[in-house]
Amino acid sequence: MELLIFYPLAFLCVVMALCVILGKTPVNSAISLIGMMLALAGIFAHMHAHFIAILQVIIYAGAIMVLFMFVIMLLNLKSDDTAAKVRDNNTSLVVVAAVLGVIILYIITDAILGANMESPQNLSETFGTVAMVGEILFTKFVLPFEVASVLLLTAMVGTVVLAKSKVD
Amino acid sequence: MVPLSHYLLLSAILFVIGVVGVLTRRNAIVVFMGIEIMLNAVNISLVGFDKYFNNHDGQIFSFMVICVAAAEVSVGLAIVISMYRNKPTINLDEFNIMKW
Amino acid sequence: MLLKLAWLVPLFPLIGSIINGFFGLKIGKKMVGYVACGSVGLSFLTTVLVFIGLVQLPPESRIFEQVLFDWISVGTFVAEFGFQIDPLSIVMMFVVTGVGFLIHVFSIGYMQEEYSFYRFFAYLNLFMFAMLLLVMGNNFLLMFIGWEGVGCCSYFLIGYYFHKKSACDAATKAFIVNRVGDFAFLLAVMYIFNIFGSIDYTTVFQAAPEKLIFSDETVNIICFLLFIGATGKSAQIPLYTWLPDAMEGPTPVSALIHAATMVTAGVFLVVRCNPLFNMAPDIMLLIAFVGGGTAIFAATIGMTQFDIKRVLAYSTVSQIGYMFLACGVGAYTAAIFHLVTHAFFKACLFLGSGSVIHGINGEQDMRKMGGLKKHMPITYKTFLISTLAIAGIPFFSGFFSKDEVLYHSLMDGNIVLWGMGISAALLTAFYMFRLVFMTFHGESRVDENVHPHESPPIMTIPLVVLAGLATAGGLLGLPLIHGWHLLHNWLEPVIHFDLANVLEHSKEMMHHAGRHAPSWDHLLVPKEHNFWGEIALMLFSVVVALTGIASAYICYIKKPDLPEKMTKGQWGYDLVKNKWMVDEIYDETIVKPMVKGSFFLWKECDAKGVDGVANGIAQVIGWCSKQARVYQSGFVRNYALFIVIGFTSLLIIAFF
Repeated sequence: MELLIFYPLAFLCVVMALCVILGKTPVNSAISLIGMMLALAGIFAHMHAHFIAILQVIIYAGAIMVLFMFVIMLLNLKSDDTAAKVRDNNTSLVVVAAVLGVIILYIITDAILGANMESPQNLSETFGTVAMVGEILFTKFVLPFEVASVLLLTAMVGTVVLAKSKVD
Repeated sequence: MVPLSHYLLLSAILFVIGVVGVLTRRNAIVVFMGIEIMLNAVNISLVGFDKYFNNHDGQIFSFMVICVAAAEVSVGLAIVISMYRNKPTINLDEFNIMKW
Repeated sequence: MLLKLAWLVPLFPLIGSIINGFFGLKIGKKMVGYVACGSVGLSFLTTVLVFIGLVQLPPESRIFEQVLFDWISVGTFVAEFGFQIDPLSIVMMFVVTGVGFLIHVFSIGYMQEEYSFYRFFAYLNLFMFAMLLLVMGNNFLLMFIGWEGVGCCSYFLIGYYFHKKSACDAATKAFIVNRVGDFAFLLAVMYIFNIFGSIDYTTVFQAAPEKLIFSDETVNIICFLLFIGATGKSAQIPLYTWLPDAMEGPTPVSALIHAATMVTAGVFLVVRCNPLFNMAPDIMLLIAFVGGGTAIFAATIGMTQFDIKRVLAYSTVSQIGYMFLACGVGAYTAAIFHLVTHAFFKACLFLGSGSVIHGINGEQDMRKMGGLKKHMPITYKTFLISTLAIAGIPFFSGFFSKDEVLYHSLMDGNIVLWGMGISAALLTAFYMFRLVFMTFHGESRVDENVHPHESPPIMTIPLVVLAGLATAGGLLGLPLIHGWHLLHNWLEPVIHFDLANVLEHSKEMMHHAGRHAPSWDHLLVPKEHNFWGEIALMLFSVVVALTGIASAYICYIKKPDLPEKMTKGQWGYDLVKNKWMVDEIYDETIVKPMVKGSFFLWKECDAKGVDGVANGIAQVIGWCSKQARVYQSGFVRNYALFIVIGFTSLLIIAFF
């Protein structure tokens, strides 16, 4: 039963991801990416990881992708340069990348299917709830939490400095 | 019950798609999106293992990943804007003056 | 007691050299002269004190060893820095310090107008130090240090006038030719160490009968190598070519180094190692023939030279040939006797020639001298006395020593050796008196603007002292008076050789080795002293000397144009005048191939080979870098591609 929900969501994820990398314009890619993230949030919710699902929607799809859209609109790109400004034939690179991807996928799949993963634990009641995650976040992992906030501060300062127009 | 291998397989597929996207596309912003796909794939894998072991550590890690992704995207897009100011293009093939 | 002062003897000249070398410019010429002569004078007085101490010991045990410290101590090999005072070394010390002192005093006057006055005395004192180490050392290595030291100081002093290219060339030539001899010497010392396990004189000489077989190859090789070293230092055939060129140095240097002391180091070596040489009769014969041959050879060249110092240089080579002739026939006392008397009269001759050169403003060619005896009376008289000594006129010292050499060469050697000796005596008398007549007698051929004058007393007093010694030195070895032979009795402990004992040991060793010992009984027959033979020989040599003088008189006083007529156009005369072309032969056969070989090694092996390898490696690396830098294309996507390729490879390796 659970598989029935899982497969469509997973299929949607993969298709959206493919649309991202095959999209003609950046906006197409961005919209596909938002779709992939929402599907992923659905999978998270299906996994009883409520907090992460909500975070995914709010931060990833809500803030980060909006930032992407801002920048795409700001740069006002006419089109992706697939037609014009072709350095060489891109096909050789695509072929090499595809081959590499297939190899990596094959190896990882081999490893996954060859492993013995038969006895899962029973989930507790409070698995993945906001209360539970918050409690652990503030007791066991409080130091990474604080460091993460410093990291965000640094990123903010860096972004402002980099994106400022030069004032002479 | 969804077996763990399904989650891991989904994670692997998404990761490979992300890698191919980074290698293939010429637009800097689309390359960034490929990186975001890779990060999301890792998130799935982390939470999947959490479900398997009835633990919360993976979700906290996933939380940190999202946080880092946010920081990285903001700085990266600032760099893209700076790149665009120098040369009015973000085709990565155009930026090759650091050759030998 | 007095013998313990031995270490001071070389120390005084060393201190003098250091003071003069470092502070010479500041303390002024007068002080430099005092320091230099004072240090050698103190050495001489200390030698006298040590001699008194030595005399107090009974004759059989007149050896005193004073070890200052162990210089090298590696495993079982110990080389000490120590002195051995025995009759032989005391005689040499007296000669070195005594004659050295007189020459130092002379040099103060001779070098008065030279620049870097102090440098000369610093080097001269350093030479005294090295020479004293040579004669006082108690092992082969210390002697070798002195050996090398005197060679080095000789280089410094010959090249004293370093602005003249000929002087620098002569100094280099002296050093290099000496080096050839030193190499042989060093091989001999190493061989000695190999066999005996030690290089101490006492150890080696006492163990010689037990370790070495009489007249076997081992002892022949050792003695041959030692002799080659001696020929290098003492300017015998084949390594004599440096000595005539060494006359480029100042005259006191020629007197001290190339007449009295350094060139006698080879003779000293042979006499010191007489226990080894006595066991190699074949090598002794070789030494005698080389000595005799050199005596005649150098005398022939000396007859044709016109530079006053060249004549004296060839005369030195010839006289040292006499000393080696004496050593070769086993008459070590005669060799040392001739060494001592030669030091006296040769130093006097060289200093006299220096006085002459000083008096006529630096002219050295005899064809531009003449009639100087009225201008320089003291120089003339002392020069004449020394020439009479060297020619072998009775009652001067040279007569006694030369006569003893000739007697032993006939009795202990054979008639050929005696023939060589007597011919050399005839030629010596001839060319030495040629020198005197051309320089001091006859009409004056001196340049008009040169006014010959006598030298100041500081130069003539040493001349007088040396002339006196040249006269009285014969007292050391008056023959015929039984028991009066002072020098022989004095040196007896050093040259005493028990032949019967050695032959016994050798026979035993050969039986052990399974070889047949040849019959040596004929060597054990004792020799009687032939009284009337000696008188006959003395008379004959006097007649020969007078003949030589008479011929010189005829050729240069009575009929001065006779030499011209006799030698004009003769190819033999030209050959001899060009020193028998020996220098040219050496140049063609040895020097030029070596230079060509070195040139080849330089151009081909070093420039092309070694540099080529070094540069080639750099070029290979450059080529590899050139191939590898293609990967730095500047495209970010390429870099990402390589990252992924690397990651994939790791995965493949990890999982397969």
